Amino acid sequence: MEQVIANGLYLGAQYALIALGLTLIFALMNVLNFAHGQMYVLGGFITYTVYGQLGLPFVVALLASGVTLAIIGALMEKFLFRTVIRRSHREESTMLLAAATAFFFDAVILLLFGEKQRGVPKIVKGVFNDVGIIMPYDRIVVGALAIVFIAAFVLYMQYSRVGRAMRALAQDRVAAQLMGVRVDRYSMIGFAMGAMLAGVVGGLLVTITGVNSGIGGPISIKAFLMVMIGGAGVVGGAIAGGFILGMMESVGLTVLREYGDVTYLVIFAALMVFLSIRPNGLMGKPWG
Amino acid sequence: MINRRSTLKSMALGAVSALAIAAVGISYAQAENKELKIGFVGVTSGPAAAWGTSNVRSMQTRAAWLNETGGVKIGNDTYNINIVTFDDQKDPKRAIAGMEKMAQEGIHYVVGPNVDDGAAAVRPVAEANGIIYFPYAFPKALYQKPASNAVLGMIANYQSGPAIYKYLKENKGVKKIAFVAANESDPLSQRDSGVEAAKALGLEIVAQNDTYQNDTRDFTPVLTPIVALKPDLLVLSGVAPANAPLLIRAARELGYEGLISTETAQDAKVLQEGAGEYANGFISVGGASTPEIASDEMKEFVARYTKMFGEYNDESNTKVYALEYILDTLKANPAAINDVAEFKKTMDTFSAPNPFLKGDAKLSYVGATSFGQKRQLSVPMVVNEYKDGAFQTLFVGSVD
Repeated sequence: MEQVIANGLYLGAQYALIALGLTLIFALMNVLNFAHGQMYVLGGFITYTVYGQLGLPFVVALLASGVTLAIIGALMEKFLFRTVIRRSHREESTMLLAAATAFFFDAVILLLFGEKQRGVPKIVKGVFNDVGIIMPYDRIVVGALAIVFIAAFVLYMQYSRVGRAMRALAQDRVAAQLMGVRVDRYSMIGFAMGAMLAGVVGGLLVTITGVNSGIGGPISIKAFLMVMIGGAGVVGGAIAGGFILGMMESVGLTVLREYGDVTYLVIFAALMVFLSIRPNGLMGKPWG
Repeated sequence: MINRRSTLKSMALGAVSALAIAAVGISYAQAENKELKIGFVGVTSGPAAAWGTSNVRSMQTRAAWLNETGGVKIGNDTYNINIVTFDDQKDPKRAIAGMEKMAQEGIHYVVGPNVDDGAAAVRPVAEANGIIYFPYAFPKALYQKPASNAVLGMIANYQSGPAIYKYLKENKGVKKIAFVAANESDPLSQRDSGVEAAKALGLEIVAQNDTYQNDTRDFTPVLTPIVALKPDLLVLSGVAPANAPLLIRAARELGYEGLISTETAQDAKVLQEGAGEYANGFISVGGASTPEIASDEMKEFVARYTKMFGEYNDESNTKVYALEYILDTLKANPAAINDVAEFKKTMDTFSAPNPFLKGDAKLSYVGATSFGQKRQLSVPMVVNEYKDGAFQTLFVGSVD
């Protein structure tokens, strides 16, 4: 059982980090970023290229993933989403735009990086094997880094000027504008941060799970699942959703293994019941 | 007056003229060639893109090579090969649309689809439109009468699995076996037939119900309970190349020390990058590129593929064959070029040298034992063992 809990905690940490960027963009702009998984994949491939192919230090690769995705995110917000939000009164327009960018990224990533699964050398070798738990050291490092990133993100949002502005934006866009918050500027920063988080987590996890051009869609679906559990647009909700999903997956795959692949069936059924009781997820309204 | 400068000038002009004439001659000759369209309907995007991409690229590499060397002579005509491709995205509905497109283009020979449900879905379209197709899918109903238009393009797992398990039982002392498969039709059917084969050999099956979502990225939770059962052999039934290194790595990191095998083709580079030294000893089924058996022509194919696409895919060791079979069968009976009934007649007696293997290996249609009719390409059943970035031949078998 110790192993099952350890697996769940590790999965939860990585899932929470994946969901953070998605929920940030939703909170700020009310945009369901269907391309979040593709951004994760792009971040993974950038780390693969910089660290795995060019042989530069892993930290440099991670920075390259984060910065590249931040720039892409900022450009997407400025030239695509801002325009559509301004011109369209229908919320579906941004969803369609997000879906289109997801397909676009899928195609570009396949063209640029090919169809093969890619992996990079381990950042730390060896396996921890004690007290009934087996955990490779690189997973421990990645799990710890994920928790550090999550904590840094939460603190930044709580105490920095930019974070306060973004929280104000998420709570009430019009009121924030009337109070002098530069809505366009902070929307762009928020979108860039969300994309950057996707890129960083993609770069981080390429050391564990590798990356291939086709996994963007499934990653997005899992991220949406976590956001739905925790409550869309709530940072704490995304974190809670990530850990809950990770633990459910780990426990389900052990307890239900004799019944075939029913773990996700059970998770989805439970989610349907849960959402019918709490449609806004665990934490309800954004940023409360 | 003739001086050195004018001599050099004349020689240069002469050389340029000769090259121009030769180029015009070649292009004229190529322009005179007829066009033979061969189709491909399979998956070239999404998580399983590697399966179809290796198909398409093998066909494109071979077609470019043949076209470059003057085309393919079939009967009294010489043809340039044009590969027409359609990405079915592993969706049976799209596979049907793809096969319909091939029919509209007047194509009679199609490679693909890559998975069971796609191959089953296109059967009515292929049969109604006189198309012979070469799926990489294992359901026997596709190849048994009354079906007659599908030709299995590789070795099925129910053919390779028993041979691998028997070899490992006799040579590596395997007694306990565990299966894990993705929750999709191909891997599940491969798992079921693997379980049957293991039972027939008297092996103890310690796990057979464990499955995973095909888009799983972290397999540690999936493998934790299986590794605890300490099987001698862990079979990754129908595993996608993208998932194989992740499963291997997770099993080894959890302390699993037994053997790991699969009956699907894999890529050495993917294993090396994704699992590193953990992949050493991994057993899979390959084709014709291990140094022990590959001919010079196969080596040139690998070189041309690499030059054309930047990187070779070891799955093409098997997938190089389908186009070769189509063209050689048409050469043997040119009347089949627009008449698949003629093609089927030729299949029963067809035999040609296998250009990709050393020695006097032959291309022929097999499958009489498994399907009751010859509806399978005789691809060498090369069982490989991965070692330090490359495959080594463990043993070579055959199918009748």
